[in-house]
Amino acid sequence: MPVMVFILLTIVFLILRVLPGNPVEVILGPKATPEIKEALMKQWGLDKPWYIQYIDFISRMLRGDFGLSYYWKLPINTLIWPRFFATVELAILSMIVAIILGLTLGSLGALKRNTILDHVSRFFGVAAYAIPVFWLGLILQLVFGVYLHLFPTSGRISTIIEYRIKTITGLYLIDTLLQGDIEAFLDVLSHMALPSLALGFIISGVINRMTRQNLSEVLQQDFIVAAKARGLPEKLIFFRYALKNALIPIITIAGMQFALLMAGAVLTESTFSYPGLGTFLMESIYYRDYNAIQAAVVVYAIVVVIVNTIVDIIYAYIDPRIRY
Amino acid sequence: MAGFLDKMILGRKEVRATIEGKMLITGFIIVMVLTFLAIFAPYIVPHDPYKAVAKPYIPPFTDLSHPLGSNFLGYDVLSRVIWGTRNSLMVAALAVVIASIGIPLGLISGYVGGIVDRVLSLLMDSLYAFPGIVLAVAISFMLGPGLFNVALAIAVIYIPTYFRVVRAQTLSVRENLYVEAAKAIGASSLTIIRSYVAPNVLLVAIPVLSLNFADAILTEAGLSFLGVGLPPTEPDWGVDISGSRGDVTRGIWWTTMFPGLMIFLATLGFMLISEGLNALLNPKSRMRQ
Repeated sequence: MPVMVFILLTIVFLILRVLPGNPVEVILGPKATPEIKEALMKQWGLDKPWYIQYIDFISRMLRGDFGLSYYWKLPINTLIWPRFFATVELAILSMIVAIILGLTLGSLGALKRNTILDHVSRFFGVAAYAIPVFWLGLILQLVFGVYLHLFPTSGRISTIIEYRIKTITGLYLIDTLLQGDIEAFLDVLSHMALPSLALGFIISGVINRMTRQNLSEVLQQDFIVAAKARGLPEKLIFFRYALKNALIPIITIAGMQFALLMAGAVLTESTFSYPGLGTFLMESIYYRDYNAIQAAVVVYAIVVVIVNTIVDIIYAYIDPRIRY
Repeated sequence: MAGFLDKMILGRKEVRATIEGKMLITGFIIVMVLTFLAIFAPYIVPHDPYKAVAKPYIPPFTDLSHPLGSNFLGYDVLSRVIWGTRNSLMVAALAVVIASIGIPLGLISGYVGGIVDRVLSLLMDSLYAFPGIVLAVAISFMLGPGLFNVALAIAVIYIPTYFRVVRAQTLSVRENLYVEAAKAIGASSLTIIRSYVAPNVLLVAIPVLSLNFADAILTEAGLSFLGVGLPPTEPDWGVDISGSRGDVTRGIWWTTMFPGLMIFLATLGFMLISEGLNALLNPKSRMRQ
């Protein structure tokens, strides 16, 4: 895990420092005089040799010192963490949507193999992945927001309500519940409905495929036949015998979809003007806020490493055969 | 490639009858139609996609000369959508070609093993774990807009896909008796990789190639939607959806619907080919289906 953090930070350094286009030119634009450029280079330590810059970069990132935002004139740490938790909340909710949709359709496919239902489930597995998430998001906005007026089409919470909510965990759904504010809770939930539905739908395709495949395999095993022979109820066989065994690889796959989930979140957040890490990255790019861009990419890298480690631990926990 | 497909797969009746065969053929037809649109776009488009040719916001299916309507600037949606095929497929093709550098890397890594393999694998696994679009956004931002730069940004994030598949296959091919025999008679590593390992490995890379094409189309559209892809004047599916975001809240659906459908169709086409090929080239995975 530490090795991976190190490699990812190196990749980020390479992209942001070594690729053509130096940060000072990126920020100041082509019109800046050489004197101004030089002063800024010196201020940021960009005039030093690359290896000093590299060591400096790695040590600052590991200490969580992201520096000042060039645009907001504020420490990036105060800007980025609320956005980070917003993305975490969206990711969790989308994953729940994806698992419910994917498990249900995949199970139906595996149980009714080679029927119309199975074919629909299989096609869904391929098609869900091929739909651009931002397009799906816009269609959902159109249908549920504009035509049916069921859900708000942008943001994370209504402005009036946001004032009375204290931040405890940073996850609004939990914060509102902790403060017993049901109205605020429902407001947050309605804001998150469309984004998490869009993102969850895309991810559910992969889970659907995995469920169908693994469940089909498990259903052909001897112990299932034996259970049937003993006359156990179908429901019991399915939930206790088949699904439980099929879940191990499905959970791993779900964990491995995390990168896809984060990538999809960037697009989903942008579609719904949801104030998460992805929109933070895109705003920083728009303002050419170099430090903030760097911080956002680094936070993504660290999140990926943490989640991968967690998935490994869960995997070892549910499958005792695996030991690290 | 097409000849191979025809002889080996599409030409066989028993293959055409399977569901994988049907997927493959459907995907093939979709891709062929899109390629045709892309190549002959200048002769097909009814209007100049770079110019305002009508009143803004003509609804689709009402005006014969603008069958899919017009957008907020009065650009013809149909013409933009057709021309978008050209940009989208061009970027994707370029990205796939650049990304296939992962094939030789995987071959070398898998065959040579040792420290080279460990370093390369670690690097590729890290890249693979990263949310692709974040990396592509950063690269694309540093390089600036433009067709080639976008393709390069997309290619970087898909190198690991090739690498992993090719490396895994190389590891298993390497153990074959004929590779050992070649070593025994004193063939050099380069000869063994080129003549004995590569031909047996490349077959598994073909479905990946097709899947990659699908991914590249989606990523290109995503980057353009976010505003770090192709310049905002280019007729491109992602660019067009990005430009007509505001229309949705006013209930104007056609400016986003049609480019989106094209992205879906193109991605689906390449995915179906990949699915079908995968199942037909690896009979083991077919039995599992």
